[in-house]
Amino acid sequence: MTTFIDPQAAAPARTQSDGPGSIPQQRKRTFGQWFRHKGWRHVVGVVTTLFAVFPLLYVLSAALNSNGTMAGSNVLFSRFDGGNFEALFSNPTRPFGRWFVNTMIIGVVTSAATVFLGALAAYAFSRMRFTGRRVSLLSLLILQMFPQLLAVVAIFLLLNAITDVVPWLGLGSQLGLIMVYLGGALGVNTYLMYGFFNTVPKSLDEAARIDGASHVQVFFTIILPLVTPILAVVGLLAFIGLSSEFVIASVVLTDPDSQTLAVGLYSYVAQQRSENWGVFAAGAVLAAVPVMALFLFLQKYITNGLVAGSVKG
Amino acid sequence: MPTLAPPGPAVSRPPRKTSLQSDSTLGLLAKIVLLGLVDAFAVYVMITLFLQEKWLILAVAAAVTVLINWIYLRRGGLPAKYLAPGIFFLVVFQVFVMLYSGYVAFTNYGDGHNSTKADAVNAIQLSAQQRVPDSPAYRVTILERDGVFHLLATEPDGTVSVGTTGEPLEQAEDAVTDGTGKATELEGYRTLQFGEVLANQADILAITVPFSDDPEDGSLKTGDGSSAYVYRPSLSYDEDTSTFTDLETGTTYSDTGEGSFRSDDGEQLSTGWKINVGFENFTKAFSDQNIRGPLLQVMVWTFTFAIVSVLSTFALGLFLANAFNLPDLRGKRIYRILMILPYAFPAFLAGLVWSGLLNPEFGFINNTFFGGADIPWLTDPVLAKVSVLVVNLWLGFPYMFLVCTGALQSLPEEVNEAARMDGASAWRTFTAIKLPLLLVSVAPLLIASFAFNFNNFNVIYMLTDGGPRFDNTTANIGHTDILITMVYEIAFGTGVGRDYGLASALSIIIFIIVAVISAISFRQTKALEDING
Repeated sequence: MTTFIDPQAAAPARTQSDGPGSIPQQRKRTFGQWFRHKGWRHVVGVVTTLFAVFPLLYVLSAALNSNGTMAGSNVLFSRFDGGNFEALFSNPTRPFGRWFVNTMIIGVVTSAATVFLGALAAYAFSRMRFTGRRVSLLSLLILQMFPQLLAVVAIFLLLNAITDVVPWLGLGSQLGLIMVYLGGALGVNTYLMYGFFNTVPKSLDEAARIDGASHVQVFFTIILPLVTPILAVVGLLAFIGLSSEFVIASVVLTDPDSQTLAVGLYSYVAQQRSENWGVFAAGAVLAAVPVMALFLFLQKYITNGLVAGSVKG
Repeated sequence: MPTLAPPGPAVSRPPRKTSLQSDSTLGLLAKIVLLGLVDAFAVYVMITLFLQEKWLILAVAAAVTVLINWIYLRRGGLPAKYLAPGIFFLVVFQVFVMLYSGYVAFTNYGDGHNSTKADAVNAIQLSAQQRVPDSPAYRVTILERDGVFHLLATEPDGTVSVGTTGEPLEQAEDAVTDGTGKATELEGYRTLQFGEVLANQADILAITVPFSDDPEDGSLKTGDGSSAYVYRPSLSYDEDTSTFTDLETGTTYSDTGEGSFRSDDGEQLSTGWKINVGFENFTKAFSDQNIRGPLLQVMVWTFTFAIVSVLSTFALGLFLANAFNLPDLRGKRIYRILMILPYAFPAFLAGLVWSGLLNPEFGFINNTFFGGADIPWLTDPVLAKVSVLVVNLWLGFPYMFLVCTGALQSLPEEVNEAARMDGASAWRTFTAIKLPLLLVSVAPLLIASFAFNFNNFNVIYMLTDGGPRFDNTTANIGHTDILITMVYEIAFGTGVGRDYGLASALSIIIFIIVAVISAISFRQTKALEDING
């Protein structure tokens, strides 16, 4: 890198205050200098952006093109119409609307329960001292290294056995799937929340105790309102992760009416990738929009390092 | 009630202690209702288990119920009250299933071996049916009730009876008959039209109506939906010697202790039962010609995939973070938002969308970028691997970009300045000072990313489904399969029969690898911290 950028980089505050003055200075530079300083960064930016965005544009364009087949989707934005979306919602053997609702229900119930179970545990770890506390925290940290999908065979066999006893909790049941997901409710979530709970000063709950509040009241009325940001982040991250979960959902949910978007949309293209392409693309757009919106909304928390340890699943 | 006392300084201490244990009336009510619901469910489960005579599970369920009640009804033990719900699910659906995987890995559980020996004997008798040579022809009509097909059979002597698979024939006296005496309708059932019979041919041919509960009595099967014949088991079971004898050839099939019946010349009956096989699944994984070769290739590829994915995403992310770590760069924010989009896009959809982009015949890449060339992106072993890595780079680089940007910005500015004072070039400042400092904070994330990619099921399964397939195996495993997709394929795939035992054994191998990685990562992070401080 050239040397003349250094004074600028070393004193970013000055460049801002000297704003008007820096423009003529910039004009004096030759194109070569500008390119070596900033231009190449724009080249990198444009190339990377194209790489990042073109698959998304492609799927959007295919969704809006009712021509339908994969071969017909190769000219971007050649047609605009909603035919694919109509086809998507009018196929009784592949009920997209149901999948969407199922995904929302399973995602919302599971992430709400995950937040609640995690918060209960984090409260205990943060505010109480008991034998086995350190060991429990450490075991949680170790257990969350092993993703549930490694045990997918055993989960399938366990639910198969549950089907004989309580059919509405076994294979094919969304409630059963939610229960399985709750097995991963502690783990990394508790750890994140535990750290955040610790930042709430203990004097607050002690004051409430002196006023006669019970531990339950302290939890619900003092702690929970103060930690809402982390509850929201954990809940939304859990939701985003669940909306992409395929392995366990595909094993548990067998009936097309009870499936989630991940399982359903896979079945859409698994057999005949190219024929159903336009309709699949329409489904993909609708499935991706809520998740992407949530994600971009959460993005600043991710950069803040609040959730730096969690990798999207 | 002590809680009613005014919070004066003199009495504040004793009430505080009791207030830890006594909840408000509302809380108490909520607790009673919730615990009541849990107990009601537990009793329901236990009654069902009692009726099914599953004593071991019943005992465990009872013990868990007692434990839950003890936790919530006793005084004190507050942490347990908060931890119990989460730990309950954790123990059942994370810890237990891992241990259960361990158990299944030592059995031959799978297609043909999924029940007890008694069930297997029954199933063999039902499946090995042969038409009795002088069987009279029964005229049948296909009926339907609640989605299940039934046979309405008219014997040559005019007797009418009805039944289906698992439901022995019963006399049906009030059936409606047509002119020839053949029964055509029965109250409570719907008669199938000819077209429907054709449409459901496979289901109708599979109907086996037993004459009684004893399979040896034989059963009724139809070959065309209009006439049926008597079938008898071609194998006769002898309980004393626990052997099957083929009534025609006289071959004896005996229990060899391997969970199936086998004849002297090695022929095996297809239905067996579940037994413990010790380390056989593990030895099979590393010695069976059909599995060993693919497994080793899959293992090498799993590591390659995970390592290259981490390195490529990190390298691109770091490069971009550096390129855009300039305060007055125009359009920085727009680049940033657009570049983060792939990370926000659901991973399973990304795999499917890219599989379309890379489709050799109709895909966008071949048709638009390469002018209609026929490049086998997903069907050539090497190109498929490259494609998988590129797609995973697309998915993963934004995360590394975000992480590296954060880490770069948190480096103290003095470091930069001091290096410049000493006359270090920008490149040298980066490699000798910034990068090591950066690695301290991102190393745990790199290891987490490795562990994640090691089991990155969605990308592989959605993009290539593991393909192109290996030539040296009959299983549906291919060049881009990683261990976890191989497990899924062996356990739930459609290629060969499901083999839960072998699949679990492979999961155990993944468990061990992940455990080793985690152990190293814990140490490594500590070591890096030590270096730094």
